[in-house]
Amino acid sequence: MSAMNMIQAINSALDTMMQRDDSVVVFGEDVGYFGGVFRCTAGLQKKYGHHRVFDSPISEAGIMGTAIGMGVYGLRPVAEIQFADYIYPAFDQLVSEAARLRYRSGGEFHAPLTVRAPSGGGIFGGQTHSQSPESIFTHVCGLKTVVPSNPYDAKGLLIAAIEDDDPVVFFEPKRIYNGPFDGHHDRPLTPWAKHAMGEVPDDYYRIPLGKAAIVRPGRRITVLSYGTMVHVCLAAVAEAGIDAEVIDLRSLLPLDLDTIVESVSKTGRCIVVHEATRTCGFGAELVAVVQEHCFWCLEAPIERVTGWDTPYPHALEWAYFPGPARVIKALQRTLEA
Amino acid sequence: MSQLPLSLHIPEPKARPGQVPDFSGVPLSAAGAVPRPAIDSDESVLRRYPYELIRVLDDAHHAVGDWAPALDTDHLLRGLRAMLLTRTYDERMVRLQRQGKTSFYMKCTGEEAVAVAQAMALDSGDMLFPSYRQQGLLIARDHSLLDMMCQVLNNRRDRLKGRQLPVMYSSRASNFFSISGNLGTQFPQAVGWAMASAIRGDTRIAAAWVGDGTTAEGDFHHALTFASVYQAPVLLNVVNNQWAISSFQGIAGGERATFAARALGFGIPGLRVDGNDFLAVHAVTRWAAERARRNLGPTLVELVTYRAAPHSTSDDPSAYRPQAEAAQWPLGDPIERLKQHLIATGHWTEQQHDALAGELDDLVKSTLKEAESHGLLGTSEHDPDSMFEDVFKEVPPHLLRQRQQMREG
Repeated sequence: MSAMNMIQAINSALDTMMQRDDSVVVFGEDVGYFGGVFRCTAGLQKKYGHHRVFDSPISEAGIMGTAIGMGVYGLRPVAEIQFADYIYPAFDQLVSEAARLRYRSGGEFHAPLTVRAPSGGGIFGGQTHSQSPESIFTHVCGLKTVVPSNPYDAKGLLIAAIEDDDPVVFFEPKRIYNGPFDGHHDRPLTPWAKHAMGEVPDDYYRIPLGKAAIVRPGRRITVLSYGTMVHVCLAAVAEAGIDAEVIDLRSLLPLDLDTIVESVSKTGRCIVVHEATRTCGFGAELVAVVQEHCFWCLEAPIERVTGWDTPYPHALEWAYFPGPARVIKALQRTLEA
Repeated sequence: MSQLPLSLHIPEPKARPGQVPDFSGVPLSAAGAVPRPAIDSDESVLRRYPYELIRVLDDAHHAVGDWAPALDTDHLLRGLRAMLLTRTYDERMVRLQRQGKTSFYMKCTGEEAVAVAQAMALDSGDMLFPSYRQQGLLIARDHSLLDMMCQVLNNRRDRLKGRQLPVMYSSRASNFFSISGNLGTQFPQAVGWAMASAIRGDTRIAAAWVGDGTTAEGDFHHALTFASVYQAPVLLNVVNNQWAISSFQGIAGGERATFAARALGFGIPGLRVDGNDFLAVHAVTRWAAERARRNLGPTLVELVTYRAAPHSTSDDPSAYRPQAEAAQWPLGDPIERLKQHLIATGHWTEQQHDALAGELDDLVKSTLKEAESHGLLGTSEHDPDSMFEDVFKEVPPHLLRQRQQMREG
């Protein structure tokens, strides 16, 4: 075990997989010699050589198209999109190609690729370095979408993603790369070294895709969240002294419906929290599945706490970000309803 | 200073329905006129090639010039047979569609040399990333006609389980990548496959095809960038058949430069070849493949041909181009030209050709009879449960639930 932040845990996952499987290759913008703008691939080129870790042109569509070709050949490419906000040029290759290839070829061809992309805001990144586009990908049949919330999960989930024979989009909430940010931007950040989930095995382990984690058991209300917002929700619950059950979904698709249904059936109340914009956000899907499966257990309407339906405003970042105060209000309204 | 009003240029083809076909703008070179450069020639030597047209067969049907490949007669006869079989197959499949037995079909009439000669010039292990008009690749690789027909019919024996529009073939066994209806996506994928082959120290190369219209897609340019940057062992082919549905090649940018010339900015050789000349296509493909195999990098090949067929069975070209255009195409018909070459060299006769045509017609008919016995589109029973398979490797819980809902109605 070592104390790792999320960057180190991701690096460790890549290192572990490159060691175990020589078909794993890593490429993307600035990931080679330099080791990535967030340093997630630091040292890998030196260790595994230029043929397995290399820089790509600034061409997300090209990265995705070539990654698919490499996957079809039999490699396991791990492509980095430098910011999730830059993933849109690659959209056609992901949606029309990677996601559909197995289906349209009757199972003869597939592309086992992993796409890593730092996502989310709270870093003064402005509207082009802050987005959380995960729900766009969950709408695409044939893709798996994963969002870890801590170093331990990040490594185990990334290893599972790389080993998965289906294409996986792996969003890394960059606000929690260095510590479990709880939404209090005016307070010092606690480093991962002081957090239990910052203790990461150096060796191989995997966390299966499609299994949520109950990060705080509780009885009165279920909080469904993922990524950075898990820590915001935990802070909100602690500050309000509410006996809430906080669930970290970890994988949005496949979704761990059983854990969600079991929890809401027990608590009878639910809120859904994500940083992404609201309309057709993943929260909409969560609200829909909760009412489909738990309607007769519900004591109150399900609330959504999300980013506003606006671009991420640079100077008004903290008016946009759904911080603990907004989560507490939603918890209270739902408990009082 | 006088103010000149700006005007926008909208490209128009030289002739529309009712007008006389005019191909005077197509740059041609005489057969044998373009020298064959060494495969390791410097980029500066290759720069002129995008504006030449590599041709081997002359008007007297003789193979001339230093591109003329040394191919034995058997090889040429196999090429002739594959092209003729492709055309016979196409004709029969269109009739099938007209009979309402399938929904859709796309012929490659007039372009048979492209796929057939290229498949024959490559190794069987090389990976092909085709567009939708290269059925000749499968036929030249002796892929089962029955298998192709069953895909077109989407019947019980369709390996793609009735999921794909007719002609969107896929075959791992024939190293023929699954065809996408989204144009150009296969271009960077082929480059990625070739990069992977080079990463692994393999010896196989990749080849991909797009039409002139698709060169306007971003993926065309992404592919060239990656192919150039990593010197990927790949052949990137542009089949310039003059028409993208109703848009002439000028709408894709063909008025200002040849499509082969797109290679220049990437430092990639761009060869422009007579796409209806089996020997020239074969020779150019071999040249590019040899370059790739020797780690000398990618080649962009523009195959100049003419789409004699409608875009698809849903298209009516008489609405946008002169009907006589195909007959006026200066590069003729690929099957006729190879046939005449074989006759001119004393290896073939009209009688043998007629006999072959009859034999292939019988083959296609009898194979189709068998294919139809496995069902027609809309009348064969695919298990509805199969709809939920292959979305992912394993059927995930949410799809199991949806499958159950479907079963319950």
